[in-house]
Amino acid sequence: MSAAIRITQVSKCFGSVRALDQVDLEVQRGEFFGLLGPNGAGKTTLISALAGLVRADSGSLNVMGHDVQLDYRAARRLLGVVPQELVFDPFFTVRESLKIQSGYFGIRDNDHWIDEILENLGLTSKANANMRMLSGGMKRRVLVAQALVHRPPVIVLDEPTAGVDVELRQTLWAFIRRLNEAGHTIVLTTHYLEEAENLCNRIAMLKAGRVVALDTTAQLLRRFSTHCLRLRTDGAIPAELARGAAQNGGWWSLPFDAFDQVEPMLAKIRAAGCRIDDLEIGKPDLEEVFVRVMQGQHEGQVS
Amino acid sequence: MGHGFSTLFYKEVLRFWKVASQTVGAPVLTALLYLLIFSHVLAGHVQVHGVVYTAFLIPGLVMMSVLQNAFANSSSSLIQSKVTGNIVFVLLPPISYLEFYLAYVLASVVRGLVVGAGVLLATFWFAPLDFAEPWWILVFALMGGAILGSLGVIAGIWADKFDQLAAFQNFLIMPLTFLSGVFYSVHSLPPFWQQVSHWNPVFYMIDGFRHGFFGVSDTSPWLSLAVVGSCLAVLTAFTLNLLKRGYKLRN
Repeated sequence: MSAAIRITQVSKCFGSVRALDQVDLEVQRGEFFGLLGPNGAGKTTLISALAGLVRADSGSLNVMGHDVQLDYRAARRLLGVVPQELVFDPFFTVRESLKIQSGYFGIRDNDHWIDEILENLGLTSKANANMRMLSGGMKRRVLVAQALVHRPPVIVLDEPTAGVDVELRQTLWAFIRRLNEAGHTIVLTTHYLEEAENLCNRIAMLKAGRVVALDTTAQLLRRFSTHCLRLRTDGAIPAELARGAAQNGGWWSLPFDAFDQVEPMLAKIRAAGCRIDDLEIGKPDLEEVFVRVMQGQHEGQVS
Repeated sequence: MGHGFSTLFYKEVLRFWKVASQTVGAPVLTALLYLLIFSHVLAGHVQVHGVVYTAFLIPGLVMMSVLQNAFANSSSSLIQSKVTGNIVFVLLPPISYLEFYLAYVLASVVRGLVVGAGVLLATFWFAPLDFAEPWWILVFALMGGAILGSLGVIAGIWADKFDQLAAFQNFLIMPLTFLSGVFYSVHSLPPFWQQVSHWNPVFYMIDGFRHGFFGVSDTSPWLSLAVVGSCLAVLTAFTLNLLKRGYKLRN
């Protein structure tokens, strides 16, 4: 069975800027995949190349085994893209936009599915409103709806929650999760690393057009981030512990790998006669992974 | 042609029809004003091919409106979609470049014909009109609309900003349509300008179109058909090539 997305040696230059540099990436069917990276890393260019909005200079892109250039009709039918920019056609109502979009994909009589999407995205009451009259958040929902009219098995969302309120974010993710559980492959770019951490089973990080990290979310967290015991004490902690620790305004940060190391550390502090005023345990998070990968400390560790 | 094509065509027609006062009403009014002013000034002084000036002028205004509005439809739709970004809605679906071309051009032809019919309705009772050879009327309206619709596609794809499109319209389309014998017979021009006019393809569109009304024209309608047909073939091939390469749209 072919992968949901297979990207092979894809490069793309805009003038002298190398937006994509020999990118290889494979997303399996049913995955919830995160594509992360700072602005200008090439995420949107990669998505655009996949969607046929730009043509790669070299390499090939496949959606469920169909080349996006040679077999573009099949590839585009299998792909739903939510663009990053908040775009809309001011001439039409929400329902008209969705019916027209269905027609572009060759689908007639799509009302039943359109109603279902509208319902799931909380848009039912706005179905007959003109696009111009909608708030930014509502327009964003319509963009998601437009990407889903043809029931694509592979759905790509390019920063779908940028500038979106909490309620919509939750509605949106609940819906996308249900689609994923129903077998749709989801690819997501976001700047909210917490979202990626919670949703994605696998993550690729892009930097200057190259994939600099690619692993399961759990592995990435384990590899680049650790648990951390943070303490505020009334005096210096024992030198043995202070060596591996970072100090910041009366707080000591002591990294550890396993929880059975915590008690011995506390025992040593107690034995040294230190009083603990405050204590917390930090969990590994994607933000730390992201910062460390982008700083290039682990470049070359692509797996 | 699939359902994708017919939907895009329908959407393009719906787009101008939803703002018909601006896309149909306004050009009809403009043509009516031209007719009132020019016929007031010139009727009684000028006769062309033995036809009173007002009658001569009407088909010219009708065809000019067909051409200008065909151009306006595809070019303004594309530039608006590009500037606002909603062009992605037609680039993401599996619509072929041929379907894309035909949908935009046919919608332009429809807009041209609707406005042309509007101008004819608003003006035909100002002067007696024959419909001597109606097939020519239809053939030249369709082909002229398609040519300007194609030019509109080219301009809409090429222009990045509204002022670039305005330049295309003001410095190319307007001179070509105005200096084509809408308001006069080229036989009334000095020989040099007659020669120049014969290099303007719009002259043949208007001359052929007018032949359908009066059965007489500056040149043979068959020659006009050959020129207009060749122009359409060349422009179609050129535009299809741009679209096939994804020029500007997919880069």
